[in-house]
Amino acid sequence: MKKKNITTILIILAIYIGVFLLTDVTGIIGPYYQVNIFLAGINIILALSLNLIVGFTGQLALGHAGFMAVGAYVSAVCTMKLGIPFIPAVVVGALAAMLIGLVIGLPTLRLRGDYLAIATLGFGEIIRGLVVNIEYVGGAAGINGIPKKTTWTMLFLFVIITIAVIKNFINSSHGKMCVSIRDNEVAAEIMGVNTTYYKTVAFSLGAFFAGLGGALYAHYFFLIQPTTFTFARSFDILVMVVLGGLGSITGSILAAIGVTFLNAVLVDFGAIRMVIYALLLILVMIFRPQGLMGTKEFNLQSLLGFKGRGGKNAKNN
Amino acid sequence: MQSVWEQFIGLLFFYVDMDKSTNRTCINIGFQVKLKVMIFKSFIVERGISLETFLAQVINGLSLGSIYALIALGYTMVYGIIQLINFAHGDVLMIGAFAGYFAVAILKMPFWFAMLFAMLISGLAGYLIERLAYRPLRKSARLTVLITAIGVSLLLENGGLVVLGADYKAFPLAIVKKSYLLFDGVITITNHQLLIFGVTIAMMVLLQYIVNYTKIGKAMRAVSYDKEAAALMGINVDGIISTTFVIGSMLAAVAGVLLGLYYQTVHPLMGLMPGLKAFVAAVLGGIGIIPGAMLGGFLLGIVEALVSGYWSTNFRDPVVFGLLILILIIKPAGLLGKHMKEKV
Repeated sequence: MKKKNITTILIILAIYIGVFLLTDVTGIIGPYYQVNIFLAGINIILALSLNLIVGFTGQLALGHAGFMAVGAYVSAVCTMKLGIPFIPAVVVGALAAMLIGLVIGLPTLRLRGDYLAIATLGFGEIIRGLVVNIEYVGGAAGINGIPKKTTWTMLFLFVIITIAVIKNFINSSHGKMCVSIRDNEVAAEIMGVNTTYYKTVAFSLGAFFAGLGGALYAHYFFLIQPTTFTFARSFDILVMVVLGGLGSITGSILAAIGVTFLNAVLVDFGAIRMVIYALLLILVMIFRPQGLMGTKEFNLQSLLGFKGRGGKNAKNN
Repeated sequence: MQSVWEQFIGLLFFYVDMDKSTNRTCINIGFQVKLKVMIFKSFIVERGISLETFLAQVINGLSLGSIYALIALGYTMVYGIIQLINFAHGDVLMIGAFAGYFAVAILKMPFWFAMLFAMLISGLAGYLIERLAYRPLRKSARLTVLITAIGVSLLLENGGLVVLGADYKAFPLAIVKKSYLLFDGVITITNHQLLIFGVTIAMMVLLQYIVNYTKIGKAMRAVSYDKEAAALMGINVDGIISTTFVIGSMLAAVAGVLLGLYYQTVHPLMGLMPGLKAFVAAVLGGIGIIPGAMLGGFLLGIVEALVSGYWSTNFRDPVVFGLLILILIIKPAGLLGKHMKEKV
């Protein structure tokens, strides 16, 4: 096993055990920040899945809250009304989101241009409009009393799975095709890349993980309402992706954690917080369009100045 | 009630029959129309819907649709010239509506001056947005500009919430509302609705004149066709793009003031939904095509009014966005659009 892999595994274990000790065992971190740690984990899943669509494939999707809603509602119905165990319910929720992603993605991704942005934006509104009208899922009041099944272990497991799947997808030949579409769609098509296919694959995979995030969200906060999944949430996730870097996995992770805790601090300044984010977004786009991290990956070796194999690998990733 | 329907449908048949007598090829079409009218009639009669309410919904739809059409024109012009979905367009409408509100409520201006004032302020806002946010990105990737547009939209909305407050403000009734009954009360129309039609049609005629018969319109068409060639011909491309934004924003301001008059409230987030729907209208008619935006706006308004009148207000928005996805599947270029190959 490579030295780098061992370090990575050690860091992952250290984070897991560290948070576990600080929250569940000793209770040093109070309930408020505990909620935010869980939210950060869910946001990592959401930001990564959006980064796959926006950052790696170059398609702007603005309906991530909608996919989250699908995952949340479907999984909640599964556990509460159909009595399905937690993990299969989460997977079913994610698959439902993926299916909807396919339905939205297939017609819009055939087209070149920005139709996806507006179709997904509209889709977010449709989902909200439909959920309000379906009494089976509680209408405008939402679903209350969802079993709190998202434990730290579960969440951590799903975050690691998400990171692993997306990282491996990006490094696979499928992922390379997606990146080629981002860099130049016309050139990619001329080289024989089936652009619609790869855009749809990336989009539905993103929708899958967004649904997963939503399902975990529903089973942690035990209350979901149509107003939980507004456009503001989609925008929050987009801010994480852009700040972290369009096409950087570690960037998304760091930005998801950073933005979650910034939200926690700025919780009393609703509109001003959004003004700050909007300004930040515009300024980043004008002065650093690839996002703060760009396509670079953060890694410990290069940070500490070891210019060994790790540093080189970081560039190739 | 029934007899009014009979008359109305009889009128339709009369036109169909006239067609039949003059042109043989129309016979088949005439039959189809007849069949459709019959199905339509049985649908209407079964559900006990009166002609009065139906026409009232259509008129509602037309007046809301003309507002959508005005907004859609701004989207379609900007898209036609720089291929950008200007997400902030709906918020420029909000700025216009608030400018109109302040002009009428605080500066006590007459309605028409207030509308001019709103156009001025919105035009300025549109110019500044283009100059500060979009022009530095003229050479950037489309994704970058699109994310910036989202940012500008959110900035205006939340900036509006911070500066103007989150409460709904009552738009003063600058023009006293009156209802007119036409054709023995079959059609009821208010002077506000007439005003909305009148202003919209005047604006559309003016815009068509500007785009088709003036020098600046010719330059706009040239820039939209080929930016580099236009620049080589001595056209100030940046200036023309700014002009397009200003004209689009002024139309949005008119729509904003009319919307304020229609709903009698203004709110910092009032531009969000009409903006999105107007974009759907622009896509429906064919984005980048000016008559398409008008057609799409009217159609969307009628669809929306009929859905909320005969089904449920709750399903209004899902139907509108469902329509968008349907268009993208069936005819992505829009009703009036032609499929164009992308230039490399």
